[in-house]
Amino acid sequence: MPKLGFDMAEGTLVRWVAQEGEQIAKGAVLAEIETDKATVEVESAYEGVIARHLVHEGDIVPVNTPIAVVGAPGEEIDFQALLGGNGEKREPSEEEGAAVAAETVVPSKKEQAAVQTEMDTQLPGGLIASPLARRIAQEEGVDLKQVPGSGPAGRITKKDVQSYLESPPAAIGVPVGVVEAPEKAVAPPVAYAPEALPPADQVVQLNRLRAAIGRRMTEVKQQVPHFYVTYEYDMAALMALRSQVNALLPEEEKTSVNDYIVKATALTLREFPNLNASFKGSEIVQHGQVNIGVAVAVEGGLLTVVCHDTDRKPLRLISREVRTMAARAREGKVRSDDIEGSTFSVSNLGMFNVEHFIAIINPPEAAILAVGAVQEVPVVKGDQIVPGMRMKGTISVDHRVSDGAEAARFMRALQRYLEEPLRLLV
Amino acid sequence: MARITMREAISQALWEEMEVDQNVFILGEEVGVWGGTYAVTKGFYDHFGPERVRDTPIAEAVIVGAAIGAALTGLRPVAELMTINFAYSAMEHIVNEAAKLHYMFGGQMVLPLVIRAVGGGGRQLGATHSQTPDAIFAHFPGLKVVAPGTPEDAKGLLKESIRSNDPVLFIEHATLYQLRGDVPDSDYTVPIGKSKIQRPGRDATIVTYSKMLEISLKAADQLVQEGIEVEVVDLRSLRPLDMEPVIESFKKTNRAVIVEEGWRSYGVGSEVAVRIYEEAFDYVDAPIQRVAQKEVPLPYNRTLEQLALPQVEDVIKAVKEIL
Repeated sequence: MPKLGFDMAEGTLVRWVAQEGEQIAKGAVLAEIETDKATVEVESAYEGVIARHLVHEGDIVPVNTPIAVVGAPGEEIDFQALLGGNGEKREPSEEEGAAVAAETVVPSKKEQAAVQTEMDTQLPGGLIASPLARRIAQEEGVDLKQVPGSGPAGRITKKDVQSYLESPPAAIGVPVGVVEAPEKAVAPPVAYAPEALPPADQVVQLNRLRAAIGRRMTEVKQQVPHFYVTYEYDMAALMALRSQVNALLPEEEKTSVNDYIVKATALTLREFPNLNASFKGSEIVQHGQVNIGVAVAVEGGLLTVVCHDTDRKPLRLISREVRTMAARAREGKVRSDDIEGSTFSVSNLGMFNVEHFIAIINPPEAAILAVGAVQEVPVVKGDQIVPGMRMKGTISVDHRVSDGAEAARFMRALQRYLEEPLRLLV
Repeated sequence: MARITMREAISQALWEEMEVDQNVFILGEEVGVWGGTYAVTKGFYDHFGPERVRDTPIAEAVIVGAAIGAALTGLRPVAELMTINFAYSAMEHIVNEAAKLHYMFGGQMVLPLVIRAVGGGGRQLGATHSQTPDAIFAHFPGLKVVAPGTPEDAKGLLKESIRSNDPVLFIEHATLYQLRGDVPDSDYTVPIGKSKIQRPGRDATIVTYSKMLEISLKAADQLVQEGIEVEVVDLRSLRPLDMEPVIESFKKTNRAVIVEEGWRSYGVGSEVAVRIYEEAFDYVDAPIQRVAQKEVPLPYNRTLEQLALPQVEDVIKAVKEIL
């Protein structure tokens, strides 16, 4: 079990990609493991045949524990001698782990490098400060984390600590004991000071999630021919229905606009199996289940949590599931089930009042729906301009799987559910 | 005070010491009838005679070996090596005998020996005649290595070297002989192993010596026009190495640039930088910079030679890097 983060103590073996008896090349994906941040592929450090898996799928395994034995083709392996005991799947003790480590799977160089980088940025104390700045900070009781660094790569120097000591930001203009609620948000003081140096460039090491997003999105954008179809929906009825529904629900169970969109998408997909699909070389797999992935912004990246069988679940259950999984994702406690198996994704930036955007397909899905905010806009009704509630959605589709007309029909079909939202509840 | 050249200062030191001590004599290639390749000993042969001003064969091992023998018998030889590059031919005598005899024979004898050697590049003498191997010699315990950067220090340090009972390698820079400076009229000496602040400042410390003192002071002159005041510390001798003024200065400025003419790797800069880290770590506010010769055999071509040698602009750049 590779150690993929400085604080990683154990990992879950989510799935064996290479089965017992299979040939495996060095660098090929052996298994997927899940840390508390993400699901990661483990590459084989050796070429050969998978002689035995040492842990079951779903097992939680301490780091550095052997997870598999790779042998030469036809090699007789004395598991008794190699692993001790009966050689069954189990969790070996640490000593045994060390003894067989050389023969078993170790993290790839890339993963080790990632771990190294992560550790480096943690030392010492996770910030860059000159020895002198550290000493002054210690003597003066200054928390260096509060001090902006002006040196190369943001290094905190003596000057920075001294200017912080002269005017710590918190101390400006707050008389002790007098706290007045400001009438409105006060604009921050203008930071422009011509005599001061502009802040130096910051170098931020990619965390695993960021790196994985970058890798996958680059692959998808390069390999999947996207096309996009945008549609506008009248959301007045849905907003009214939502108000009525939410009036019946306790605060913590109130439904979001997105819950309705997810449900509507799932029901529409039932009619469009070709968009609930994956492209597999010479064939298209149209999935039996409709599992909607919902993009969730987390610190340093995003994850897609998956509501399984979305089309068959009541709205309230969808709402609860997505809310629970999103919370877990934001806390970095996402479970493998939470992020596995989606067949179509919905990405919603409405809460940021975004009018419209386009999303990159989440592989191996064939399409993704990007939705903006519900906005009050003037609409033409007959001869009149009246206030209306409108929302724009854009579907991104894998052109190897589908075409513009089908996507347009999907967007129009979705309209029925969004504009006659009672259909979502019956 | 008289304003004289480095050449005159060194010449005066030799002359004065020969006048006061009959045991002092000089030997080397062309030091006698010709008056020295760099004209330092012009007139000495006529004044002191062939006994005390000895022309030697072109054989550095002989020059240094004979000088060691003479020193062991109680004389005070001042051997001249036309260039320090030829010292490699006398390496055995310099580092295995001169540097070790006093120690290996339990202090039974002293070696009041001075080896004057001309070092440095910048005169288009080619890769084998333009080196600055100061750090190599400073590596050996038992040898004092002196390398002045001003006429005043050159005169005072050479007199001190001649009076010292230890073997001293006295390195004169080939392009400094014309450098003028004020020199006291009195009979003075400068102690070996004392660094000196040649220019006070507050923003950064430049640590240097010999020819690079001149370069560093020019850099300081330009920097001050931009409001940057650097303090320039002149090491003057590499062994013993006096770090006290360096550390004192560093504790004030928290920044240092070490400027040397020799190659960067394993050089004076490396040694000084580590000493600063060892003795003043909690005063370090920026990484210590080294300015040194590019790591190539020094080119003959004038343009390339100047590019390879540390220039005023290199020093300015290094200082700004850490401000």
